[in-house]
Amino acid sequence: MKVSAIITLKKDVLDPQGKVIHQTLDGMGFKDVNEVRQGKYFEIDVKENDPQKAQKIVEDMCNKLLANLVIENYKIIEIQ
Amino acid sequence: MKSAVITFPGSNCDRDMHVALNKFGFKNKMVWHNDNELPKSDLIVLPGGFSYGDYLRCGSMASKSKIMQSVINFAKSGGLVMGICNGFQILVESGLVPGILLRNKYLEFICKNVFVKIDNKDNPYFKNLDKEVFELHIAHNEGNYFCTNDQLKEIQDNNQVAIYYCNDNGKTEEKFNPNGSLKNIAGIFNKEKNVLGMMPHPERMIDKSLSGEDGSLFFKNLINNIK
Repeated sequence: MKVSAIITLKKDVLDPQGKVIHQTLDGMGFKDVNEVRQGKYFEIDVKENDPQKAQKIVEDMCNKLLANLVIENYKIIEIQ
Repeated sequence: MKSAVITFPGSNCDRDMHVALNKFGFKNKMVWHNDNELPKSDLIVLPGGFSYGDYLRCGSMASKSKIMQSVINFAKSGGLVMGICNGFQILVESGLVPGILLRNKYLEFICKNVFVKIDNKDNPYFKNLDKEVFELHIAHNEGNYFCTNDQLKEIQDNNQVAIYYCNDNGKTEEKFNPNGSLKNIAGIFNKEKNVLGMMPHPERMIDKSLSGEDGSLFFKNLINNIK
């Protein structure tokens, strides 16, 4: 199954890259932006056909490697 | 005194550290990240560089490499483990010291000399040093130390801050902070003070004609403390 996960920075963690993107968008004329936060997206094809088990496996990966829970949150957004 | 420097794919300060350790009396061995066992050592060093190309998060992949389980066991049994720059990033990712190192506040790679102030000498690394303010070199993109409020309280309660960024007089004000690091923190210990992670490179300050000698003071003192 293909499991998609996104990793985002926690609310209180400074995101300088997001800030610069925001400023650039502003300079390009996108004036309606409140804030930009940059994150990561993973698509992981696992050898598991049960969606719940596949999700568990990727959650385990997020906890142990893909995300650092001091500063990041993860969310499984799609299983197919 | 015996030491070992771990080389990860992408480490680039491993040889400098090897030269520095040997210069001040250690018998150093280089250890490959894919090895399982550490040689008998009094000090293990995780060097600077760009292990695994800094992919995912700096130090995250290296912290899972084979040798790190032995390094973690060595540290947990009280052995001295020091991580410099990328080595510091590997230490935080392996959980040996708390917190994490984020991208520098102004998104620039910083390569310059800075002053750091030693906060706590009650540990095997800084004990007996007769100086508080050191000039050392930094070269990093992710040196912006961050931790949660609970972690910060614990770090402060246990005197775990090793060094702060400061000016040449030892003033630790925000304007002397090169990278946005929380409370000007440049290096921290684990609770037991046998593990030290820091962004500055003492191994780059061991030759008067090339740089400075504050790194020499650090290494000379360290080997005397271990003896």
